[in-house]
Amino acid sequence: MKSEIITGAEIVIRSLQEEGTEFVFGYPGGAVLNIYDAIFSQTKFKHVLVRHEQAAVHAADAYARATGKVGVALVTSGPGATNAVTGIATAHMDSVPMVIISGQVPTHAIGQDAFQECDTVGITRPCVKHNFLVKDINKIASTIKKAFYIAATGRPGPVLVDIPKDITAESAEFLYPKEIHMRSYNPVTKGHLGQIKKALDILINAKKPVVYSGGGAVLGNASAPLTKLVNLLNFPITSTLMGLGGFPASDEKFLGMLGMHGTYEANMAMQDCDVLLAVGARFDDRVIGNPDHFLSKPKKIIHIDIDPASISKRVQIDIPIVGDVVSILNDLIEVYEEQKNNHDKNQLEPWLKQIKTWKSKNCLAFEDDKKVIKPQRVIQTLHEVTKGDAFITSDVGQHQMWAAQYYPFDKPRRWINSGGLGTMGVGLPYAMGCQLAFPDAQVACVTGEASIQMCIQELSTCKQFHLPVKIVNLNNRYMGMVRQWQEFFYGNRYAESYMDALPDFVKLAESYGHVGFKIEKPEDIKPVLEEAFSPKLKESLVFLDFITDQTENVFPMVPNGKGLSEMILAEDL
Amino acid sequence: MRHIISLLMENESGALSRVSGLFSARGYNIESLTVAPTEDASLSRMTIVTSGSDEVIEQIIKQLNKLIDVVRVLDLNDGKYIERELMLVKVKAGDKHRDEMKRISDIFRGRIIDVSDNTFTIELTGSSSKLDAYLESLDGDAIIETVRTGASGIGRGDRILKV
Ligand SMILES: Cc1ncc(C[n+]2csc(CCOP(=O)(O)OP(=O)(O)O)c2C)c(N)n1
Ligand SMILES: [Mg+2]
Repeated sequence: MKSEIITGAEIVIRSLQEEGTEFVFGYPGGAVLNIYDAIFSQTKFKHVLVRHEQAAVHAADAYARATGKVGVALVTSGPGATNAVTGIATAHMDSVPMVIISGQVPTHAIGQDAFQECDTVGITRPCVKHNFLVKDINKIASTIKKAFYIAATGRPGPVLVDIPKDITAESAEFLYPKEIHMRSYNPVTKGHLGQIKKALDILINAKKPVVYSGGGAVLGNASAPLTKLVNLLNFPITSTLMGLGGFPASDEKFLGMLGMHGTYEANMAMQDCDVLLAVGARFDDRVIGNPDHFLSKPKKIIHIDIDPASISKRVQIDIPIVGDVVSILNDLIEVYEEQKNNHDKNQLEPWLKQIKTWKSKNCLAFEDDKKVIKPQRVIQTLHEVTKGDAFITSDVGQHQMWAAQYYPFDKPRRWINSGGLGTMGVGLPYAMGCQLAFPDAQVACVTGEASIQMCIQELSTCKQFHLPVKIVNLNNRYMGMVRQWQEFFYGNRYAESYMDALPDFVKLAESYGHVGFKIEKPEDIKPVLEEAFSPKLKESLVFLDFITDQTENVFPMVPNGKGLSEMILAEDL
Repeated sequence: MRHIISLLMENESGALSRVSGLFSARGYNIESLTVAPTEDASLSRMTIVTSGSDEVIEQIIKQLNKLIDVVRVLDLNDGKYIERELMLVKVKAGDKHRDEMKRISDIFRGRIIDVSDNTFTIELTGSSSKLDAYLESLDGDAIIETVRTGASGIGRGDRILKV
């Protein structure tokens, strides 16, 4: 190979190209001007200019969630980096593989309180999988290589690379390492076969089993083996908010989502089971409620996870299996095939009957109204009109829960939302990331009038890059989820949860050059959604402002700190 | 229970703050933390004295292992180990107390490393509890200043923490 002497900025660009980067979501500034100058004369990846660095990181994050590839964001030093922090923390909480390149003041100015200086590595340390400050031009390429490797392997996560301006101006030889070896980082891959056999033994003897799958099953691309194993076992399965789509929702074994706003059948089955198989899920507070209550019914718990630190963190695990979820599930399938004659499926009958009874409660039923739009109806119609095959992003609040409850996902990586950090404002940039990755796909952003205003400036990015996302704004003139808690737990004192002085969203969309509709009558839901997704508007971003029932609440609900079976149901009120 | 955790990590800038940040972010106790490069300058060896229930200690070990720069972690309490801490103590040693101070320091195998008209400075090594015992044996008013390094630990015999 002939040696090439290029600038540090060019090394950054070439390294990203070597990693197969398709999109860099970014925003320029002083410390990254050299890098932007190198971007000016390259064509291998597309730079997407956002309108706020937070959105750059969210969009890169969604690109990663939707495709499984590493998302890339580029921001300047100081305010560029601090604006990116919310996006980074959001990706970190949901284990999304990303590389964030941030500019830094020149090495000689570090520590001098220079213009636009901040300790980016220090500020982001608690919300990244790892980060680096590169002080030597000869280490740029190997550091970026490491960053991609760390981001994508093991339990994925965001990795930040902070690069001072002066070293992007220097020149050095470009040599991109083919592979990387780190003595301090060797994620496990295969699961322990002894543990797998023990687990299978427990599974085939279970009388009241349930499978509980989480975001790890989606991130680990384990949908196919998970579905196969569950079908072989004929077990009921539930999923966390982050795991939706990991197992097809239209399968009758699927109990719906569990947790704070999970279905009656899913939560009852979780609570009552004798054997629980957890697949890439982490027993968090929104999922199992009060851990003591959860364990008050004895159960054997098998936990498959890539991250040893997730095992026995909140709940003591009987059979931990650490490793890559696909490899472990395939091993389980193999061992099952050998043993399947020992599996008496008749022993599941009483349990499956019990589950049917729970299901018959029909806990997600709601009553349509002639005059006001029910948000649940909007989501169900969205599912119908998009034939269940859209990418659905959401913001955070009631609308997020309704989207999760009323849009059944049959495929993984179609449901893109902020589960761990619960970041309002992700919806629109998430939709941008999905639409760029899949230009021909239907992409809808389910949002609320409060959340959408947190990254509304991205309507401009959507115009520039011709991103025809459909924004489904469930406009209840309230921070609905906040209002719901205030109604239930704070004696109807709606402190600061009313969204006053809302903009005219239709005019707002139009002012950015998009199409807007305001929908106030229930009978208009379907025709307007059909129009929005019609070939006529295929190229247009459509802002659908649905004026919905202000008083609607999300049910079922497990109050904070309560047990899973202590749900409040719609019918109770 | 008190645990002594030994770890080897890449000798990179910021490595210490990754560990201390982990402890503060997750609310774990740190009684003491010592760190210095090893004979292989690319590695740092750290000794952390912490306390917590078995579950908490298990989480601490896992979370430390999860740090990208950490190469190896060992809970010294899982087997036999030796622990040493160094302390420098400046005590009042006027005419009246001079002999007494010398005698107590001898009992604890301390060495007097600096002397002035009114003070002794004593160097003492041992387990942290031995150093505590020494301080307790002195009249509180006699202690002018103490400096402790925090414990360092090493496994006995074949228990080795190396790359
Ligand atoms: C950045 C951020 N700030 C505050 C919150 C707390 N929070 C959670 S839901 C919510 C209200 C969301 O209102 P809206 O977007 O209108 O959705 P709705 O619940 O009405 O469907 C708030 C303020 C949050 N999740 N994220
Ligand atoms: Mg609202």
